[in-house]
Amino acid sequence: MAMTLAQAILSRKSDKAPEEGTLCRVRVDLAFANDITGPPAIRSFKEMGAEKVFDPARCAVLPDHFTPNKDIAAAEQAKEARDFALEQGMLYWEQGRVGIEHAFLPEQGHILPGEIILGADSHTCTGGALGAFATGVGSTDLAALWALGETWFRVPSTIKVRFEGEKPENIGGKDLILALLSLIGVQGARYKALEFSGEVVERLPMDDRFTIANMAVETGAKAGLFAPDKTALDWVTPRAARSFEPAFPERGAPYEKEILVEVSEMTPLVALPHSPANVRPALEVGPMPVDQVFIGSCTNGRLTDLEQAARVLRGREVHPSVRCVVIPASREIFADALRLGFIDTFIQAGAVVCTPTCGPCIGGHMGILAKGERCVSTSNRNFVGRMGDAGSEVVLSGPLVAAASAVAGRVADPSEVLAND
Amino acid sequence: MTRTITGKAWVFGDDVDTDVIIPARYLVTSDPRILEKHCMEGLVPDFSTRVAPGDFIVAGENFGCGSSREHAPLALKGAGCGGVIAASYARIFFRNAINVGLPIFECPEASKAIAEGDALEVDTSSGTITMTGIGEVFHFSPFPPFIEEIVAAGGLVPFVREELERRKTR
Repeated sequence: MAMTLAQAILSRKSDKAPEEGTLCRVRVDLAFANDITGPPAIRSFKEMGAEKVFDPARCAVLPDHFTPNKDIAAAEQAKEARDFALEQGMLYWEQGRVGIEHAFLPEQGHILPGEIILGADSHTCTGGALGAFATGVGSTDLAALWALGETWFRVPSTIKVRFEGEKPENIGGKDLILALLSLIGVQGARYKALEFSGEVVERLPMDDRFTIANMAVETGAKAGLFAPDKTALDWVTPRAARSFEPAFPERGAPYEKEILVEVSEMTPLVALPHSPANVRPALEVGPMPVDQVFIGSCTNGRLTDLEQAARVLRGREVHPSVRCVVIPASREIFADALRLGFIDTFIQAGAVVCTPTCGPCIGGHMGILAKGERCVSTSNRNFVGRMGDAGSEVVLSGPLVAAASAVAGRVADPSEVLAND
Repeated sequence: MTRTITGKAWVFGDDVDTDVIIPARYLVTSDPRILEKHCMEGLVPDFSTRVAPGDFIVAGENFGCGSSREHAPLALKGAGCGGVIAASYARIFFRNAINVGLPIFECPEASKAIAEGDALEVDTSSGTITMTGIGEVFHFSPFPPFIEEIVAAGGLVPFVREELERRKTR
């Protein structure tokens, strides 16, 4: 029987044929945790009576959430995670060299086509952009992975998503995944895999694919997969930290259903509070003032995102009553943005530029919202209290809408600001 | 393992996310006794002082969506919550609850019928949820056998400990 991409990957690493709906044990290619999920994983690992991780070259700790350490408690957690990683000889990158895990690990060639990647962070599904079966787990599951090198999965059925049409210039990965969320909702793909395809995907740069795969979890999906094509293989091959063998969906694979997203007539989208599926065109939102704009995160903190934000902010000023926080997602992205002049553009426009961290996206630090404040954010979730006080609001968007909103002082479509160019 | 849990219902809707179960700003610890003070505070600000041991969270579809934070089931456990009864669960929350030993029950019918404050009794051996006030009984879906093994072992930590011991003696 022909296999979906999810099945094709699982079949390589599983104890049996990956029949949909059945449980199978799989061997893992990389298992990682961060400064928040690491410490409980380490404690579970020790309680399990485990002494050494199954393979230090396939186990990683990335201090990216409350880092640079925001307070003493966060510093203690980061230290516990670091001490364990160094003692075990695991992959570890210190603050300053690391980046947000889901941007940094692919850059470093640690997420590869055909692999199974488990991370103690829900946005681990970002790795699906490279055709890896990548998904999030909790800390105890991660501890078991470090101890055993394997885990169990229920083999998911797959929904095929086709993005078709002529993509307008101002439409990016964020708009495409928000369009899907508006169609299927926050549990439309619960327990399932998504496989992204269509003529729009064929021409889509990697950064946009990472954004789409990143928010697969917002539909409830276990994985959001792209079959590795020339774009993906050209991107990943020179970076690969290990040898790899891509897997592909087979012709005639059984998809549970197919969803068509027609993009030709789309205009940039936003998700209003308090659900990523509460989607409308930015142009139709009406007057909605903003206090903060955040451009960054594992969803939209990559070079293409910063380039788009810079395109809007170049020669313009952030609105006087708005704080605009820009955070490149990794050191490499930060360095490239510096070299290309984007950082200068942000500073000249009056934005705050910070070192790579998850910080504001989770209401951690570097851009917290007060009661009654509203933020346009390029991150992935706008749940109640996500970025600060339970009485604050988050509007999700891509970098063009975010930057335009920073200039306008209200939720704005990029065309409203770029019209004078 | 026979176990009866009794408590009253705290009713929530669909898509209860991990940010309202335990906001990320409190994740500078994974101690359930500290986390529980902020449990559900996004929706019920004084939840931790009002919840009684054994009380149930009753919710709709997709309970626990969002983050992978294991702190969410830990906070509910720390608050003394007897378990969660929901129409369905987000997948990472489901795994985390099983792994840390927070009782969870999938039962769309019970999720619809139960109202705020209803007295409930869950019998894990017969797989039933009883609304004790009116005597209405619901059956929740059993887990697949492999997951039952983890539950029976008392969570993933003891389960893996046994597996590691088996590997050592092999």
